[in-house]
Amino acid sequence: MKRFIIKATGAAILGAASLATWGQEGIDDPSRAATYAAFKGKRVAFVPLGMGLDLTEAWAAGMKRQADELGYRFDIRDPNWSTDAGAQAVTQLITEKPDILVLHNPDIQVYARLIQRAQAAGIYVLQINLKSSSLSEGFVGPDWVALGEKVANLAVQKCSPKNGGSGKVSISQLTITAASNIYQMKGVQNVLSKNPDIKVVSTQGGDTQAAKARAATATVLQQNPDLCGIIGFWDGQDVGNAAAVKAAGLQGKVSVFTSGGGDKAQCNKVADGEYFAYVSYNASLQSRDLNTMIKFLLQAKPQPGTFKTNLFNTLDVITKEQPKPTACYSLQDMKG
Amino acid sequence: MPLKFEREMIVLGLALLLFAAFSVSLSGFFTTGNLLNLVRNVSVLGILGVGMAIVIIGRGIDLAMVSNMAISIAWAVKLMEQGMPMQAALLCGLGFALLMSVVSGVLVAYVEVPALFATLAMGIFVYGFGHYALIGSDLVNLPAGTDAIRYFGSGRILGLPVSVLFFVVICLAASLFLNQTKTGRFIYAIGDNYLSSRITGIPARPLIVLQYLISGLVSFAAGFITVATVTSIDTRIANSTMIYDVILVAVLGGVGLSGGKGKVRNVVVGTLLVGTLFNGLTILNMPYTLQNIVKAVILLIAIVIDGIVNPRDEQTAQQGDI
Repeated sequence: MKRFIIKATGAAILGAASLATWGQEGIDDPSRAATYAAFKGKRVAFVPLGMGLDLTEAWAAGMKRQADELGYRFDIRDPNWSTDAGAQAVTQLITEKPDILVLHNPDIQVYARLIQRAQAAGIYVLQINLKSSSLSEGFVGPDWVALGEKVANLAVQKCSPKNGGSGKVSISQLTITAASNIYQMKGVQNVLSKNPDIKVVSTQGGDTQAAKARAATATVLQQNPDLCGIIGFWDGQDVGNAAAVKAAGLQGKVSVFTSGGGDKAQCNKVADGEYFAYVSYNASLQSRDLNTMIKFLLQAKPQPGTFKTNLFNTLDVITKEQPKPTACYSLQDMKG
Repeated sequence: MPLKFEREMIVLGLALLLFAAFSVSLSGFFTTGNLLNLVRNVSVLGILGVGMAIVIIGRGIDLAMVSNMAISIAWAVKLMEQGMPMQAALLCGLGFALLMSVVSGVLVAYVEVPALFATLAMGIFVYGFGHYALIGSDLVNLPAGTDAIRYFGSGRILGLPVSVLFFVVICLAASLFLNQTKTGRFIYAIGDNYLSSRITGIPARPLIVLQYLISGLVSFAAGFITVATVTSIDTRIANSTMIYDVILVAVLGGVGLSGGKGKVRNVVVGTLLVGTLFNGLTILNMPYTLQNIVKAVILLIAIVIDGIVNPRDEQTAQQGDI
């Protein structure tokens, strides 16, 4: 018996040793080659509203990085904020037949037909942040209605007379017809209709321009020095609102509530006290969602137009007390 | 002396009428705080209007002003962000604005490209070049440690906002230049009749370049005040309709597009009308789209009244009148 045990132990040791050497040599992942082959010669084209924006730069940087790593082509056609040039770029791209089109819609109508045409031509269409009325393989972006509700709830929490606020808020809208504006407004209304003690003293549109928003808010503050909060829809515009509050000497008394992609420069404004709360939809994670969809589509190769998905982002609330640095990104880091 | 209803008087009348109506009907309109705010909100528009007026008086037009303003100051802020000392960065921005406006001026004065086309193209060039080579992003935020700049946006001297004082100073300087200096008078002469002014020995071409140089200087000043008040600059403003607002406040107040006519006073009147409208309608909480309609209707009323009271004929019309 003893001998048997020794033998068995010896065999086990030998076996383990040979296994170990086998393990050291390693084996190839059998699915690697096929995966890389799926990306070879593929092309992804991105049509943003305009480059130069923190958001579009972040998405492009993320998508470019993956394209370089996996070896497919990534192009940007920048229409520089012209809806016309954007539609032309998409039309042109449809004839060039890239494998995937990533679109940033100027409003819910402009590209709707073109999206269907692209799918009919065998191109997958992904939409980022601003959606069109025709859904496609994937929409990556926040649930704008939920975002509006979230920001409005923060404002109610701070400004409700029950919590010691004056109950007076103003709303700073963007371009009135943009998807982000319409849906967020709906979310804000959902919350305010349940909170009759909150009074909206002003609803102004800033057309996404900080300078316009600043001028309107300066007037609103003059009229309502006891204003408690400003509900904003986008950080790029709300810089102006924060500047108006500061110029009126009301920083700390009037709170600016805003949201955005979480660019570090914007997140820092929470610590500086310019924003009271900032809801981030994290453009860096958005680009990861886009990349995941791209990897999935190029490997799974479903028939274009056969399914529709909404990839809503997690919404992180940043306040002075809870800075949450992970909800913010720096473009430099993303470029890697 | 019979009372003359120049366009300036009509616009001033409308502005006063609106002002009175808002003062009576809106509580909180006729307060020192709000009135200062009113002027502050249009001070950038007014500053640009003064620069535009000088060019228009010399029978030119500068459609590149807004691009020049946005890109030159955005570049300066970008340089500060990258660690350049504030003064040096501002000088770079100013230098860029002046260089671009001199190019416009040379194109108009020496190459004899019509101002409309030369400056339109320059505006597109400045925006494109700046965006591509200098700035690379749309929105540039004023970095920390620039409190001296912020002071111009939010500071006060004797209770008056610094940005309003800045507007006043620019108006006074422009007015002195146009009325009290020989060069200023020459600009009227060139605008009134280019050929005869040249024959009489006025250095017309260099003076045209000077006009654009001044407009570049003013553009940079306006950009500076914008950054100081908003603490950021959005270069997309170059694609907006702001340049039309600038022409509007100048022309509405009575600066003649055909050249040789107009004073800084006219710009102030036009700016105040637009400012009063904007301020009152915002207090009324009128939606932005509706505000545009009201603005357009009131401006049309001003122009129609002017057309009826001062009809155009062979004697009043000038060659080059738009």
